[in-house]
Amino acid sequence: MLEINNLHCKIEGRSILKGVNLKVKKGEIHAIMGPNGSGKSTLANVISGHEDYEVTKGNLYYKTNEINELSASERAHDGIFMSFQYPVEIPGLTVTNFIKAAINESRKARGLDEMSSREMLKKIREKSSLLDIDTKFLSRSLNEGFSGGEKKRNEIFQMAMLEPELAVLDETDSGLDIDALKIVANGVMKFSNDDNAVVVITHYQRLLDYIVPDFVHVILDGKVIKSGDKSLAKKIEDKGYDWLKKEKK
Amino acid sequence: MIYCIFAYNLDVDIMAYTEEELKKNLETQEYEYGFYTDIDAETFPVGLNEKIIRKISEKKKEPKWMTEWRLESYEAWKEMEEPDWSSLKYEKPNFQNISYYSAPKQKPNLKSLDEVDPELLKTFNKLGISIDEQKRLSGVAMDVVVDSVSVATSFKDTLSEKGIIFCSISDAIKDHPELVRKYIGTVVPQKDNYYAALNSAVFSDGSFCYIPKGVKCPMELSTYFRINQAGTGQFERTLLIADKESYVSYLEGCTAPSRDENQLHAAVVELIALDDAEIKYSTVQNWYPGDKKGRGGVYNFVTKRGICHDRAKISWTQVETGSAVTWKYPSCILKGNDSIGEFYSIAVTNNFQQADTGTKMIHLGKNTKSTIISKGICAGKSQGSYRGLVKISPRADNARNFSQCDSLLMGNNCGAHTYPYIEAQNKTAQIEHEATTSKIGEDQIFYCNQRGIDTEKAIALIVNGFSAEILNKLPMEFAVEAKKLLEISLEGSVG
Repeated sequence: MLEINNLHCKIEGRSILKGVNLKVKKGEIHAIMGPNGSGKSTLANVISGHEDYEVTKGNLYYKTNEINELSASERAHDGIFMSFQYPVEIPGLTVTNFIKAAINESRKARGLDEMSSREMLKKIREKSSLLDIDTKFLSRSLNEGFSGGEKKRNEIFQMAMLEPELAVLDETDSGLDIDALKIVANGVMKFSNDDNAVVVITHYQRLLDYIVPDFVHVILDGKVIKSGDKSLAKKIEDKGYDWLKKEKK
Repeated sequence: MIYCIFAYNLDVDIMAYTEEELKKNLETQEYEYGFYTDIDAETFPVGLNEKIIRKISEKKKEPKWMTEWRLESYEAWKEMEEPDWSSLKYEKPNFQNISYYSAPKQKPNLKSLDEVDPELLKTFNKLGISIDEQKRLSGVAMDVVVDSVSVATSFKDTLSEKGIIFCSISDAIKDHPELVRKYIGTVVPQKDNYYAALNSAVFSDGSFCYIPKGVKCPMELSTYFRINQAGTGQFERTLLIADKESYVSYLEGCTAPSRDENQLHAAVVELIALDDAEIKYSTVQNWYPGDKKGRGGVYNFVTKRGICHDRAKISWTQVETGSAVTWKYPSCILKGNDSIGEFYSIAVTNNFQQADTGTKMIHLGKNTKSTIISKGICAGKSQGSYRGLVKISPRADNARNFSQCDSLLMGNNCGAHTYPYIEAQNKTAQIEHEATTSKIGEDQIFYCNQRGIDTEKAIALIVNGFSAEILNKLPMEFAVEAKKLLEISLEGSVG
């Protein structure tokens, strides 16, 4: 599904990623952990195709195609989704209209007709109940005045609506209380199946109690320095990152 | 000049207006309505003097009082100076270089569409006024109920049954002189300002509307104006009277053909809302804005004002996307007690356009209320200003005003300015003013991109979101067109 080879990347002249390797297969859930500034969010942005991040070396393969040169919207049309750490506000644009535009733009790119209103409505009902979303919420302006929890729930709701093949969740747990965390994690677990893949970026092991990863990777100073199963996350929770830094040396 | 009156009544689901349509329109880089129609027109020699004014009046077979009124205005205008208090930069028009009369030679007394100059009909088709075009525009052909669209005739019967008069002001001067004489110049006096005085002297045509007491006008009344003759100034005059307890919703839309030399457009609109009457006046203005380098384009210097008597209400809604220079302040004089004035505006400027627009709310009566919501969108190297006055007179007890001015900037070379003036002479007044300025953020665009929405479409969504509050005030079919216009105007403005 996703293969990253020796990826180097710069932003505003600063090197952030210095040779990242990662392989994600269909049906898998991967967690990426690491201290602040290690390059976790950069990785999410590079996968999504943010133009400010300049890939200086290495390749990104998605569904066997190299995607280095594809724009963010082209990647989205191809099934890549990123849940933002800080979802942006667009005043006056309702959640429903935004999702409608997103779904139909991708359908158009794939040569499909627009989704009928009936189908759209059915889907909205189904997915919003999954995430315990009040339908009133859908007629509000996108993320405007949303609480931290509402913003994140809205991100996962959009993921559920768009049904991507690869979902990258950037710090989806930040700003969530435990109840909201459970709802969001539950949404992700329901979304995850044999045909898609999820990459969860997080600081804390806490989220991984609910979104159970098949693999855990630790990024430090722009490189994946350790990979393992979910016990690695536990170990980090107990001991922090220092032992990894020492091990690296 | 081409002049036409028609009214229509559409039942369109706004959500059915699809992005397909939009995309198609976005592909058209150049000014969409930049065409020129070859219609046999009669044009006066250039220049302005007493003789020309008499000739205009004569040509229009006006009564003597009208001629005298025009001449009085001309005398006043001669003594006045062109205002320069705004921050607008433009080359002052040479008033002796304009031809003040030009009318297409039409067959008189048209009975059906077949009799209309086919060139004229073609023009209307291009402007998107025909039934077919309306269907195309809405994208839901089978759901559209069109009560027929025609030039001037088909709605006359429905309207006249209710005693509504809706005709050109030239006809009104001939057929309803008592009404015109009673009200013309009562809201915007001849000497009100330089351009109003000029308009009063030379107005070529315009619309007249009278809604009798207690009548609720059953359809949206609508006019379309165009400038269609090279070097011809356009001076429309609109007079709308809503008698006691009546209601009317009036739409005005403009487009102009593309050309090089600047064209002057100085209209006057007067609204009179008698006791308990309500007037809703909506404008979509799309005069030629000049090219990408700032050459050409229309100067739009308009005086629009309404007066509200007891418990009357006037609501101005405008979407301004065109003109090289716009200078316009639709205003309300809240003379009657418990009267209400509203101003909802979206002004879009791109490239080298300049807009100085806003409103005046003059509170004279007790318990009067006004609301001002102004949204400015600036792109390219354009400048947009909101300039507004809220005045509470000493006897206007318990007057209330709420103003909100929001600006949205695109890129780093444009400017948005807000000049709110407040004069409160009564201690019981409550005045609120809110203002925001924001920029379309790269983070907003990336967010949309990540969800599969390309940049052009993302801007359209953001701009429409920003404007939603105003667009929702427009009658449905106009909102569709306005939305489209916003997007066309901002095409290519973010690199």
